[in-house]
Amino acid sequence: MALLEVNHLDVRFALRLGEVHALRDVNFTLERGERLGIVGESGAGKSVAAFSLLNLIAKPGFIAGGEVRFDGKQLNSMSERALRKVRGNRISMIFQDPMMTLNPVLSIGEQMLECLKAHRRISSKEARAIALDKLRQVQIPSPETRLDQYPHELSGGMRQRIIIAIALLLDPDIIIADEPTTALDVTIQAEIMALLLELCEKYNVGLILITHDLGVVSQVTQRMLVMYAGRVIEQGPTREIINDPQHPYTQGLINALPQMATPGEKLNQIRGSMPSLSNLPSGCAFHPRCDFIKRADGTQRPACTQQVPEFVTSGNCKVACHMVAELLDKEANDEARLKETNP
Amino acid sequence: MIAFLVKRLFHALLVMFVISIIAFAIQDNLGDPIQQMVGQSVPESERAELREELGLNDPFLVQYARFAINAAQFDFGYSYVFNQPTTEVIARHLPATLELVAAATFLIITLSVPIGVYSAIKPRAWLSRFFMGISIVGISIPVFLTAIMLIQLFAIGVSWTPFPVDTAWGSWLNDLISTEGGMPAYGRGNPVPVFGTWETNFASLEGLTYLVLPAVSLASIMLPLFIRLIRAEMLEVMQSDYVKFARAKGISMRRIYFLHALKNTMLPVITVGGVQIGTLVAYTILTETVFQWPGMGLMFLDAIERSDIPLIVTYLMIVGLIFVITNTIVDLIYGLVNPTVKLTGKPA
Repeated sequence: MALLEVNHLDVRFALRLGEVHALRDVNFTLERGERLGIVGESGAGKSVAAFSLLNLIAKPGFIAGGEVRFDGKQLNSMSERALRKVRGNRISMIFQDPMMTLNPVLSIGEQMLECLKAHRRISSKEARAIALDKLRQVQIPSPETRLDQYPHELSGGMRQRIIIAIALLLDPDIIIADEPTTALDVTIQAEIMALLLELCEKYNVGLILITHDLGVVSQVTQRMLVMYAGRVIEQGPTREIINDPQHPYTQGLINALPQMATPGEKLNQIRGSMPSLSNLPSGCAFHPRCDFIKRADGTQRPACTQQVPEFVTSGNCKVACHMVAELLDKEANDEARLKETNP
Repeated sequence: MIAFLVKRLFHALLVMFVISIIAFAIQDNLGDPIQQMVGQSVPESERAELREELGLNDPFLVQYARFAINAAQFDFGYSYVFNQPTTEVIARHLPATLELVAAATFLIITLSVPIGVYSAIKPRAWLSRFFMGISIVGISIPVFLTAIMLIQLFAIGVSWTPFPVDTAWGSWLNDLISTEGGMPAYGRGNPVPVFGTWETNFASLEGLTYLVLPAVSLASIMLPLFIRLIRAEMLEVMQSDYVKFARAKGISMRRIYFLHALKNTMLPVITVGGVQIGTLVAYTILTETVFQWPGMGLMFLDAIERSDIPLIVTYLMIVGLIFVITNTIVDLIYGLVNPTVKLTGKPA
């Protein structure tokens, strides 16, 4: 059994205008020490997915169905009290903007020690020693003085290091990192990512990395999910998806990387923009932006605009796309016919 | 810390300088002091002599300098009406006002923080909605009307109440409202002398009962404002990333509400609060008049009625001084709560 199992997770927001489906039928697993990437444009539901794992989505959002299983226990039906023992202790989080994540009026020491004291019965002295040790591991110079400092006295990169130290304080099994480097200076991004990776490897911590940086995902993670409009549209081993993306959206994302463009030419892009979750297109949510709703021979594929695509298995990956399903069917038929004609 | 204090002291002196110019300009232009002093029967020649003697014919700047030098030594001249140094008259009335303001401030702080926090934590609860509704009503009703209603309900009593007599809570409310001659609503009663001119209402139960209605009506202006301010700030803070992060760390909600969120909520509230509590001193004019509370406000209205110009000027200066002092104290408190403000005066 996997350490973390997410089955048919379904998250909705009860808005005044009606329910908005923010997450539909999300399934994945994470083993101890494994690294999983979740990619997609803004609004695809990546952060909602991250927050719903620990049942931290803010109202009016709620988990409408499915389950999150961690270490055999179902997290989404746990009491708030029991969940609190998991949060920050066995599963911890790293947020996007280090400038906003630390409380401006509490000292670094207070914010580190309170986390330790919330989960363990230890003296301030012991807690301080653990905090200092973690600060050293994230390579913060003169950690003793940092404990008495306030967030505004530290740079963004330094603060993100402290947040990583807080995430590691209780030796968690899983860290959920929601775009941990997006708000940082480009020169510091690589440093922070390398540090996070190194520590996860050292302590065999599972990492769920949410990002829109495909480059980082391809270097860091072993498996990945590609999300679009609240759904997973492609998932599987990172290497396979990056080298041979099946879904037109994933292809578009990879094509849009600056290094894929010819120098001097315009950068590639996917035309159009992500639809609003409250007003999804019929059939496959991606079809208005898709270049493949017509077959190679020019005929329309009606399923694209009428039917929500099911997952099909291609290699080690799962893809939700009518075009891919059709191609796979055709290949299977061709093979069968080949066998019939020359037995 | 000392550098900060020196800087604030300099600001305070600047503000007092401006106030003194305004106060003096009023003194210089309001009525004829000779007229006030000698009355109708004295001939014009004697008046001119007296005017010369008192230096009233000197140029504006000379007169202002004389006024400022005296004012710096807390000498604002004699009250026409009381025929005493104005500072003595003020000193006699100041304790009553300060006690009233202190009681109102106490009510505001002890009520607005819990109510504001509660209605931010549970914005949909019917109690929160009730508080929000009441606070709108509270903001809309002028203080003298609140005061008169309080007197009618709790001091004079009414013959008819909307509460059912046959239930326990109904008869309790009826007793509270309709008992005849309930709460005292006139003057200070018999305050206990502490030292000098200071007599206090805080030292006896009787004194406290005299304080209740005036303090409640004075608080009624600011209380709704503070409740709404705290609620709005707290709601905003609860949306912040650091609160979400604290939840993700597994911290208890109680600690998040009352440490993480409340401390950030209080920063703007302290700033606004400092200014508003200064304003309360000025608002006492209305409350003191309705309740005949023998404080500075009542004295000030009296002074205006009788054109007691030195007393008016002294009142302005003293109220200005109180304003400046409270604001400096509030700045100090703010600096202690907010670590991003350095009290050293050095640029961060």
